[in-house]
Amino acid sequence: MSMRHEHKSLLIKGGHLVDPAAKINAPMDVLIRDGRVAEVAPPNKIRGDADEKFDARGLIVAPGFIDLHVHLREPGQNYKETIATGTAAAAAGGFTSVCTMPNTTPVVDTPDWVTWLRHPERGAVVNVFPIAAATRGSKGGTLTDFSALQRAGAIAVTDDGKPILDDDVMRMALRLGAELNFPVVQHAEDTRVTENCSMHAGATSFRLGLRAMPASAEASVVDRDVNLAQQIRESRLHVAHLSTSDALKAVRRGKRAKARVTCEVTPHHFTLIDENVGEYDTNCKMNPPLRSATDREAILVALADGTVDAIATDHAPHAMHEKEVEFERASFGITGLETALGLAITQLHRDHKLPLSRVVELFTAGPARVFDLHGRGSLTRGSFADVTLFDPKKRWTFEASRSRSLSRNTPFDGWQLTGKVIATIVAGRTVYRAD
Amino acid sequence: MNKPARGSLLGIEHLDTREIVGLLQLARRMNPQKARPLLKGKRVVLLFYESSTRTRTSFEFAAKALGATTTLVQSTGSSIEKGESVIDTGFTLRAVGADCIVMRHPSAGAQYLMATHLDIPIVNAGDGMHEHPSQALLDALTIIKHKKSLKGLQATIIGDIFHSRVARSACHLLTRFGVKITLCGPPEFVPDVAATLTSGLRVTRHIEDALRGTDVIMLLRVQKERLAGQKIRLQDYIARYQMTAARLKLAKRDAIVMHPGPIIRGLELTAEVADGPQSVITDEVHNGVPTRMAILARALGKTR
Repeated sequence: MSMRHEHKSLLIKGGHLVDPAAKINAPMDVLIRDGRVAEVAPPNKIRGDADEKFDARGLIVAPGFIDLHVHLREPGQNYKETIATGTAAAAAGGFTSVCTMPNTTPVVDTPDWVTWLRHPERGAVVNVFPIAAATRGSKGGTLTDFSALQRAGAIAVTDDGKPILDDDVMRMALRLGAELNFPVVQHAEDTRVTENCSMHAGATSFRLGLRAMPASAEASVVDRDVNLAQQIRESRLHVAHLSTSDALKAVRRGKRAKARVTCEVTPHHFTLIDENVGEYDTNCKMNPPLRSATDREAILVALADGTVDAIATDHAPHAMHEKEVEFERASFGITGLETALGLAITQLHRDHKLPLSRVVELFTAGPARVFDLHGRGSLTRGSFADVTLFDPKKRWTFEASRSRSLSRNTPFDGWQLTGKVIATIVAGRTVYRAD
Repeated sequence: MNKPARGSLLGIEHLDTREIVGLLQLARRMNPQKARPLLKGKRVVLLFYESSTRTRTSFEFAAKALGATTTLVQSTGSSIEKGESVIDTGFTLRAVGADCIVMRHPSAGAQYLMATHLDIPIVNAGDGMHEHPSQALLDALTIIKHKKSLKGLQATIIGDIFHSRVARSACHLLTRFGVKITLCGPPEFVPDVAATLTSGLRVTRHIEDALRGTDVIMLLRVQKERLAGQKIRLQDYIARYQMTAARLKLAKRDAIVMHPGPIIRGLELTAEVADGPQSVITDEVHNGVPTRMAILARALGKTR
């Protein structure tokens, strides 16, 4: 990532550092120099002057948040979002690194497109880590050139938006990934049973008369993938946007067997359920769909017990005309970058008593481990100076009309949230500051 | 997005019970033979994205019996074919002067989308597998005419309930008045989750169990193409669920047989049952016009 490094020093003073990877949860000052962490020390222990000071009293100082799953829509769909607008929204949400999904137009399945995504001309204000397609055109047939994609800077492969369904193709992907230490990210959905479906199968879909996706369509794919990951030594399977109780069981099984299986969940899946679709609210239409109350409960347990490795937004912007249509025709997906922390603190910390350090871990050390993002996810000396400062008690109202994203498709417009991002620092440079 | 305009009829589920009673009373007073120019000068658009015989003609006759002007817009031969969105079609119809839109659409919730973007009443003439409120109202009227009241009745709905908007609306309406409903069919057509739609529902796979002691039998059309992908074969369906004269004897002696049409003789019912003394299938069609007169009069605020 060729971020512009400012050769300056910045002292973040008076804050409370929560750095789960370094096992720190205490008042600490942080000195940043030349885009790296120069020193972390108890209050007032850092000697010498800094070019700039940040008064962090009353704030949590955390390693920069990492989002493993965003759709920034470039190349080809810049009416929905651009890398510039999407990363601006990321910065406003406290994310210093985002991992972009390859289901663009065209699909990011060549090293050239990976290079293009990382080019400074794209105008990214936070770090962009491209995830490349696992198969050519994400058609599920022929594997892409993993090695070349990795050299170009891709951090993982996926056919997100679609699953890798064929057993042999998935096996080959995991095998090749094992050789290269390259994670394969699976969008787990048996599309043979979810064709024309637009929400979760349950009482709400029956009431609304909508064709619906059974929970088993996700769990069966995760189950198969975990089996493969157990068989293929050193393979790395990451389950994207996991949404069902049964899929969690499969992930637990894999983890117990010491397979390298990881998973992420989204804020909307730990916040909302299928009933929230109400009367065909297309801002509650996403894939995987909002699930049952039981699935949500299972996700909350898994976030607490460590089964879930990361919170990822699956930020999926769409233009108004793609959402203001019949429910069945509406595009899948919602924006999520700017509401993630507020929802996590409100739902997980305030309502479900998850320790704040665990919430921070799910945004930092957790995701950094999933894709081996060395030097990120922690603020030990020498790490990249990616820092997120937030006020865990601040109550605020999210207004979609003020979003930095190009799109407005969110079910959380007007929601009152607790926990607000105050500043976002990437490589020592402040890229967002709350008004 | 705004609230649907007053007078809209999008479904039975969220319709106030008093409104249902009011519509049924109004329907009993409506006489298609005696023109009442309640809607004189009003323009009613029949916007049909799906084919229809009964519903469309009866809405048209209903509107005309009340003195309204009607026009039919279908997906073929209109701008819909050129890719115009539902909302834009609505804006266009509103701009040419429509006072009310009667709409049928293959996608569940399309009428709700229209109603939340327009300021004129939208009447749902069937949306996907969701609701068909005018059918439920005319069925309730038919039952009341034969049974005096809905109170304490037992009804049985047999067939492809999963795909049926008629069944969903009927369940919402009848259970509101205390009718106990048994849903009957194979799991592909009657999933267990169907019983969660409202209170007062139960599911059974056995037609004998479903028919015993029932007052009202509602049959649904079985679409052969829907059986195609399912585990159940046509012959099995007929053997287990076809309404025959012999099975009809299991119901109460004065039970009535209903069907929203179109009926397929020899499939969901035999010709003897369709034409038999207990069949009220043509009554239902007959009650369609006064019921829809009441719906349109209410839509345009002319109920007196």
